[in-house]
Amino acid sequence: MKDLIKKLSEAFGPSGNEDEVRNIIKKEVKPYADSVKVDKLGNLIVRKKGKGKKLMFAAHMDEIGFIVSYIDKKGFLRFSNVGGLFPINLLHQRVMFKNGLVGVVGEEKRKDLKAVSPLDKLYIDIGAKSKEDAEKKVGVGEMAVFSREFRDLCDRVVGKAMDDRIGCVVLIEALKRIKNPVNDLYFVFTVQEEVGLRGARTSAFGIEPDYAIAVDVTGTGDTPEGWKSPLALGKGVAIKVKDRGMIASAYVRDRLVSIAKKKKIPYQLEVLEGGTTDGMVIEITKSGVPTGVLSVPTRYIHSPSELLDMGDVEATVKLLVEFSKERFN
Amino acid sequence: MELENLSNLPGVSGNEQRVRDFIYKKLKGKAKHIETDAMGNLYAYFSSGRKNAKKVMLAAHMDEVGLMITGIDSSGELRFHPVGGISTSVLLAKPVRIGNEGIPGVIESKAIHLLKEEELKQYPRIEQLRIDAGFSSKEEAEKKVKLGDYAYFDTTFKREGDRFIGKAFDDRVGCSLLLDLIGEKFPLDLVLTFTVQEEVGLRGARVAGYKIFPDAAIAVEGTAAGDFPIEKDTGAFPELKKGPVLTVMDRSIIVDKKLFNHFVKTAEREKIPYQFKRPNIGGTDAGRIHLSKTGVPSMVIAVPIRYIHAPAGIMRGIDYRNTLKLLKEALKNIEEVI
Repeated sequence: MKDLIKKLSEAFGPSGNEDEVRNIIKKEVKPYADSVKVDKLGNLIVRKKGKGKKLMFAAHMDEIGFIVSYIDKKGFLRFSNVGGLFPINLLHQRVMFKNGLVGVVGEEKRKDLKAVSPLDKLYIDIGAKSKEDAEKKVGVGEMAVFSREFRDLCDRVVGKAMDDRIGCVVLIEALKRIKNPVNDLYFVFTVQEEVGLRGARTSAFGIEPDYAIAVDVTGTGDTPEGWKSPLALGKGVAIKVKDRGMIASAYVRDRLVSIAKKKKIPYQLEVLEGGTTDGMVIEITKSGVPTGVLSVPTRYIHSPSELLDMGDVEATVKLLVEFSKERFN
Repeated sequence: MELENLSNLPGVSGNEQRVRDFIYKKLKGKAKHIETDAMGNLYAYFSSGRKNAKKVMLAAHMDEVGLMITGIDSSGELRFHPVGGISTSVLLAKPVRIGNEGIPGVIESKAIHLLKEEELKQYPRIEQLRIDAGFSSKEEAEKKVKLGDYAYFDTTFKREGDRFIGKAFDDRVGCSLLLDLIGEKFPLDLVLTFTVQEEVGLRGARVAGYKIFPDAAIAVEGTAAGDFPIEKDTGAFPELKKGPVLTVMDRSIIVDKKLFNHFVKTAEREKIPYQFKRPNIGGTDAGRIHLSKTGVPSMVIAVPIRYIHAPAGIMRGIDYRNTLKLLKEALKNIEEVI
């Protein structure tokens, strides 16, 4: 599983540019799927047929990134955010473009050394000597992502874009493990989550599932002087109660909890004040879809070094596999 | 080009009737079918007559930003709320027209003789402003004005050579461009869509996208051009005379790459100038349309305009003509990328 995490974590895939990620996943799921389809927005919809209810499992392929807004006379690139890019995570980071071009984030001289420079005081330095030189390599409107290698820390792993490539891995791994599906399963790898849950909206409309589970990451409170949150790495899969955008279906949530208890899968409950997931828009698709969310507890979300526990990943896969076997009335 | 007539018509969000009537008359007898929906969007269908022709939706919004009367003071002064995005800085001392009768009024602003020094340094808050229509009491005002009446900028279109000045170019320029496509032959089933309530949250487009659910959609817009000289070499806005503005990403959409590339290639081939919109600013009807049902590949093309969302904007005829030309050329073979 770690090889696949590495491959997906290091792939280039800012919102709207998920091709590379999609191609990796396509190859991976093909031998296990009854059908593989790409819809108009670019969502990858993988079906494994069964006679029961229609279940949709969703994880997003896109990651946060940078979009070039301007190239100055000296060849420095000004940029805007693609999704939730926090200035504090950016300074002197390396970024990469689709064509492999690498740049470094620099900042204008700060007036106040204690203040973090906002995005409009930052730029990307691609080593260009002039505007003309830069324009040979990159254009306004092109996107970049953090450039960062995946690292295996034994029980834990760290890399960029774990949000939400780890969700993609969970879906792929679950698909591989489910031999004879009880229910009609749709594994959906969505686009453009980070800019407004866009792919989930259109894919859910097309599938019109009976139940849905979004798989994503969630922050933890287990770091020194960290946030006040009982969520911690290594304590199992997080079953969502609520976040800023949704209250998870109590029915689905309770079902997930009782499966976890029965199968002795470690789990924790997640009550999140900020952030949301694809689950939010899936839940209110058409006449409504009872939707739950499984989160992989992750530290340093939306940074180049998102760190998580492999045991939690395993618990998430197991719970998703077991949920897929449930019989619904 | 119907821009002059369209610009002069009042049509603040939710009150697009007169704009719709005007456009309807222009379409009548020319479109295969015309209809409106419950929200007030107007649709005109043009068929290519070909089997399996792709359905392409071109969308322009009829509404403009403006004001709504929310109260009448005992003095006869009129309180109001903005409808759509308007900053206080563009309102002070501007002439407006109120209600269906078009009662003239002026947004209050102290003469410089009466301003205290600290008042010169900052604008009043929008809720402090009133419209003065010359009434001397609430009773007098109530004979002419009622709560919920709209007010719009009292601006008449002016043309001086290739330079146009007027209100509501955002998005009457789009409406005018769509009307200029009437009579053109494309190998497509075209749905010219004139939407309502874009300025208050892309509302008409949401139902229009659902109703038409086309194979591809193009929002045709007026977009903010650089309204001021750039002091620092850190960013740029679209400029007049540099051609149609293409969006890569704004707050509502990341545009469909195939459509976008098709427009860029067409512009290069036809030697039509074009420019890119600065990312992450604003949103358009395309933001709603592309998320309709199972998704609609969508993009945005716009005419650069200075001083949008204000009593008077400025644009150049050459940008209009180049936008129209690019639209026509790109639509000829757009089916290849749908």
